[in-house]
Amino acid sequence: MNEFNKIMETIKMIEKENLDIRTITMGISLLDCCSSDGKESRQKIYDKITKKAENLVKVGNQIETKYGIPIINKRISVTPISLIAQASNDTNYVEYAKVIDKAAKTVGVDFIGGFSSLVQKGYSKGDKLLIDSIPQALYETEKLCSSVNIGDTKSGINMDAVKHMGEIIKKTAYLTRNNNSIGCAKLVVFSNAVEDNPFMAGAFHGVGEADSVINVGVSGPGVVKAALEKVKGESFDTVSETIKKTSFKITRAGQLVANEASKLLDVPFGILDLSLAPTPAVGDSVARILEEIGIENCGGHGTTAALALLNDAVKKGGIMASSHVGGLSGAFIPVSEDEGMINAVKAGSLNIEKLEAMTCVCSVGLDMIAIPGDTPSSTISAIIADEAAIGVINKKTTAVRIIPAYGKTAGDEIKFGGLLGKAPIMAVSKFSSENFIQRGGRIPAPVHSFKN
Amino acid sequence: MKAVITVIGKDKIGIISKVTTVLSKEKVNILDISQTILQDYFTMLMLVDLTKLNISLNQLNNILNKEGKKVGVSVKIQHEDIFNAMHKL
Repeated sequence: MNEFNKIMETIKMIEKENLDIRTITMGISLLDCCSSDGKESRQKIYDKITKKAENLVKVGNQIETKYGIPIINKRISVTPISLIAQASNDTNYVEYAKVIDKAAKTVGVDFIGGFSSLVQKGYSKGDKLLIDSIPQALYETEKLCSSVNIGDTKSGINMDAVKHMGEIIKKTAYLTRNNNSIGCAKLVVFSNAVEDNPFMAGAFHGVGEADSVINVGVSGPGVVKAALEKVKGESFDTVSETIKKTSFKITRAGQLVANEASKLLDVPFGILDLSLAPTPAVGDSVARILEEIGIENCGGHGTTAALALLNDAVKKGGIMASSHVGGLSGAFIPVSEDEGMINAVKAGSLNIEKLEAMTCVCSVGLDMIAIPGDTPSSTISAIIADEAAIGVINKKTTAVRIIPAYGKTAGDEIKFGGLLGKAPIMAVSKFSSENFIQRGGRIPAPVHSFKN
Repeated sequence: MKAVITVIGKDKIGIISKVTTVLSKEKVNILDISQTILQDYFTMLMLVDLTKLNISLNQLNNILNKEGKKVGVSVKIQHEDIFNAMHKL
């Protein structure tokens, strides 16, 4: 057995460096569940989800046992509900949210995403109804995640929707105030949203997708950090090569799991998402990788360059290891879900402005950031607009998942527990963006030439 | 199917005997064994054939874990494909 060291390397990655498969996400199309009768439509939705995903959790557990690699979450994404529900005469979609949540509980998945709306250019009847239902829907459900796409590179930015979402986030924070405004942790505002993202809270099943599909998200910041610890002081060429090789190995494990899940569930394999997804556990942090590359504390000067290198090298290594890469595929930088990021905020090295710069070079955006509860909705809208502009101009996905924690001020801390972690409340600009947001209308799509 | 069993823990008398007794009882054929002491830790890898396994993989996993605990070692069984996927082209 001359493979001893290689086997031990894999064992070490799993046992000591938190290598895991973050999620097996089954995408399910609900396009055949429309009905003019809301009740009938919801019954169809419940039946389809519970039938298609009947064995998802069981198969996930089987694969975990077979390969000895943890599969942290099993999830479902569905067609954006605004498209399905608007065939009905309902004037509020909270009942749809409850049925989807119930279906998720029946099949035992950790999250279900798709209480979503795509309004990058304008609202259809169902979009307005769905977005207005989001706060109550997130208040009354547990597993449900919601997302709204407010801009893309070909359409520009729908500033009416940006304004609307600032208000919706505030309402959601208020309704879920007894639980640290946790509703906002399950609500993402996107620009350039992707249709095959397996990660929450932004997963939905795009209309261009098959009836059902298996998407897999891998993880492994701890493995990358451990590999970089062995090349201390060496040049960036070595850093990049080391990340690529590590990413290749992680992705191959993900592809194996994806193939197996697809076979056992008899559902086609969609994509593998290469994102490095951190957890609040020590040794599973993206911020600590950046510090390993040479920044004293995440957020210090050089952080953006280090993150750009990391994000690019992860993709280069991963792309060759998987037959289909998709989703968001990059490095995530959620604050509350990353032990190193939390530490950096507390140490004063990381603030919203630096995080915004970092989102220019990685997926996905201002993620899991808690801000003071009295932040005006126009300021939240303006934060969304800034982030959307970065995405729309640079042809990349960006997102905002921000929590105006009710009753909290800068310096406080809120705890969510589990994968969502804990978040120090970060200060936002005191200067008003009210007049900017009040304008409404659309920011036109950018020119695709003369790039500078 | 072929799998790799990893046994890691503090060295003491009877570890191999404990593990192989379970394997023999459940009709698991051992194809190769490699063992070393890494930083005072007993580390053993076994390549095994599970074609004739008479219980489920999950059950075997549980029994191995239980027996391993009795002698203070961690025992893990994993399909060989995870190692092939990560380290071979």
